[in-house]
Amino acid sequence: MGEFDVKVRVPVREQEPEVRAKNFDEVCLGYNKEEAMQEASRCLNCKKPFCVEGCPVSINIPGFIEKVKDGDFEAASRIIAESSSLPAVCGRVCPQESQCEGVCVRGRMGDPVSIGKLERFTADWARENNIKPRVNAERKNKKVAVVGSGPSGLTCAGDLAKAGYDVTIYEALHKAGGVLVYGIPEFRLPKEKVVEPEIENVKALGVKINTDYIIGKSKTVDELIEDEGFDAVFIGSGAGLPMFMGIPGEQALGVYSANEFLTRNNLMKAYLDNYDTPINCGKKTVVVGGGNVAMDAARTALRLGSEVHIVYRRSEKELPARAEEVHHAKEEGIQFDLLTNPKEILSDENGNVTGIRVIRMELGEPDESGRRKPVEVAGSEYEIECDTVIMALGTSPNPLISSTTKGLEVNKRKCIVVEEETGATSREGVYAGGDAVTGAATVILAMGAGKTAAKSIDEYLSGK
Amino acid sequence: MFEIIKAEMLTDNIYKLVVNAPNVAHACQPGQFLIVRTDEYSERIALTICDYDREAQTVTIVLQAIGASTMKMLSLKEGDRFADVAGPLGQPSEFVHEDIDELKKKKYLFVAGGVGTAPVYPQIKWLKERGIDFDVIVGTKSRDTLILEKEMEAVAGDHLYITTDDGSYKRHGMVTSVIEDLVKNEGRHYDVCVAIGPMIMMKFVVKLTKELDLPTIVSMNPIMVDGTGMCGACRLMVDGQVKFACVDGPEFDGFKVDFDGAMKRMALYKTEEGRKLLELQEGDTHKGNCGGEK
Ligand SMILES: Cc1cc2nc3c(=O)[nH]c(=O)nc-3n(C[C@H](O)[C@H](O)[C@H](O)COP(=O)(O)OP(=O)(O)OC[C@H]3O[C@@H](n4cnc5c(N)ncnc54)[C@H](O)[C@@H]3O)c2cc1C
Ligand code: FES
Repeated sequence: MGEFDVKVRVPVREQEPEVRAKNFDEVCLGYNKEEAMQEASRCLNCKKPFCVEGCPVSINIPGFIEKVKDGDFEAASRIIAESSSLPAVCGRVCPQESQCEGVCVRGRMGDPVSIGKLERFTADWARENNIKPRVNAERKNKKVAVVGSGPSGLTCAGDLAKAGYDVTIYEALHKAGGVLVYGIPEFRLPKEKVVEPEIENVKALGVKINTDYIIGKSKTVDELIEDEGFDAVFIGSGAGLPMFMGIPGEQALGVYSANEFLTRNNLMKAYLDNYDTPINCGKKTVVVGGGNVAMDAARTALRLGSEVHIVYRRSEKELPARAEEVHHAKEEGIQFDLLTNPKEILSDENGNVTGIRVIRMELGEPDESGRRKPVEVAGSEYEIECDTVIMALGTSPNPLISSTTKGLEVNKRKCIVVEEETGATSREGVYAGGDAVTGAATVILAMGAGKTAAKSIDEYLSGK
Repeated sequence: MFEIIKAEMLTDNIYKLVVNAPNVAHACQPGQFLIVRTDEYSERIALTICDYDREAQTVTIVLQAIGASTMKMLSLKEGDRFADVAGPLGQPSEFVHEDIDELKKKKYLFVAGGVGTAPVYPQIKWLKERGIDFDVIVGTKSRDTLILEKEMEAVAGDHLYITTDDGSYKRHGMVTSVIEDLVKNEGRHYDVCVAIGPMIMMKFVVKLTKELDLPTIVSMNPIMVDGTGMCGACRLMVDGQVKFACVDGPEFDGFKVDFDGAMKRMALYKTEEGRKLLELQEGDTHKGNCGGEK
């Protein structure tokens, strides 16, 4: 390590852009012990830690960083485990720049402390050194069903199991993890190395996971309560239903939703030769959208050998993706066609995509989200030649549960309505959280909601 | 779980399997489907449910080998296990929710083509058990490709009309000519037609039933991945709107389905599946065509 400037964060090692653009290995290599301890020494251990307020699950950040500084990584991991059951995941995918790191006092005069990278280091160390979460020995004689095994469901299940409940997760797909396994790619969140062990940790707390089980179809929420004798149910079924733009040509061959493209590659492992899943991406791919999902789809297509353009209707400042993802995408050679919006997808006589017609946009008055609203520039339409189009426009909750559960209130976006402080739905004993409630959001918010609901379920069942 | 209790070859590429799948057998209804995955490396394949036994906790599926993953299934024997069987998925047939007395006033015409016979079977069985009237037409290429004849006959009796494209068995000709025969020549009246089979067959049945003013339900079987509304691979246009076959269907009003669009979408995967099949047979020379490379 060179000269240490306390205002500057210890740089993290990454795969070189030219190399990683051709593989699916993790981009960021993380800190080693020495780097982590040095970075930890930058923490000012503030009396009033803004970072903790900035964290949706209120991890005792200065507390764990102090332990990292001292080299007591086990103690650091136990401090994180008090608040988070998926730290190796969060350290990799949380939008730290708008949460903990965004309010870090160090950031006022220099770089904020690399809280995310330190969390990741600590969690990876704990896994490699086989540190297991502790379970409450006292069992309560009550059963809770959790629908969905994404971050909200895993967190809720983990917390309830720690509190002594008998918890069963029902998952529609063949693998547990929700978006962590089917959506977020390997190069950002390794499945075998990081996600699976975190799920194993939840199982080690006594949680049962039933995959291939679709609530609303195999069994309804009402049947879980009436026939299976569950005392409470948590719904963490996510927001998987992809939206399309409704522009002409969207049915053409070579138009994918980002979810389909990513599922084929992540869950179904199309990128590995020994899996049967076909994936078809051509020489040039256009990805529509500017969120994490768009970045992931773009960088996946790039790794499969395609030239990739991202088409986004606002400007760079408004890109909703994590800053690190945008930065990585650019380094890897993805081109950003900003302030541009699709009008039509073009195809040949066999229905294969040949291009996309787009129009330039400019930013007008701020809209209800406070961001300046993009408006079309008259007469500025042009065509981009391409053979694959991936739509990454957002998702909404699927109707499997809301349409089969009597008296469960949903809003007009099909999101389940809950009392915010408790996660309680309109049905007694039924709680919900994560993307199923908020619409597509973040891992950490989903975890926060799972935690809140676990606490409420515990209170509800303790009073019963 | 997911053990194969019984395996039977119906033709040289159509297989019938009875599988232990309590989660599906407990709840499934006519019209619904399930998803199977043979092993860790296989795709998720959507298959219609041909029969179910709630007590024995089994479902019967019929599959035709067309791609790499379905080919693999042909090698499964009794006692083997699927990695996954998930379901039931999709909406049950409309009549399941209808009032029985109202249903008894109606007459149904079922038109089954090829492996489409399998999903028709539980529907007529359900209606028969409730004393509701129907006729069934089964069309297939030739005598060798006819499936489930005995089972269909046991339920439909002399309401069953079998036709082969090449005339090698029973009637000669397409299912549409049988419909014309029954309606135009014999003057039979039907209130609802349910057509399940290859996309092209359903398209032509609907063309005819539109002329006959006979409301027609079709069952769409686009490529699916998750089967829970998460990927949009199964999307099709119905009445000018995007619908997902796995959650909104698989049965739709045949008069409103855009068959040409749906057939084009099938074509893409046919070739991909075809490539996979070649790869399986000829080795590792056909993987993907990303970046335009071979
Ligand atoms: C490609 C992509 C990249 C992302 N990147 C980031 C990122 O970098 N940082 C970040 O913070 N967030 C990111 N997100 C968002 C984040 O992943 C989600 O907000 C989070 O996973 C939501 O968690 P959840 O538990 O609510 O739902 P999900 O993770 O969606 O899990 C829901 C689970 O429920 C299952 N399910 C659904 N219906 C049923 C049913 N009826 N019965 C049984 N099971 C059912 C689903 O199969 C799924 O496994 C990304 C999302 C995507 C798609
Ligand atoms: S199969 Fe994925 S949405 Fe229907």
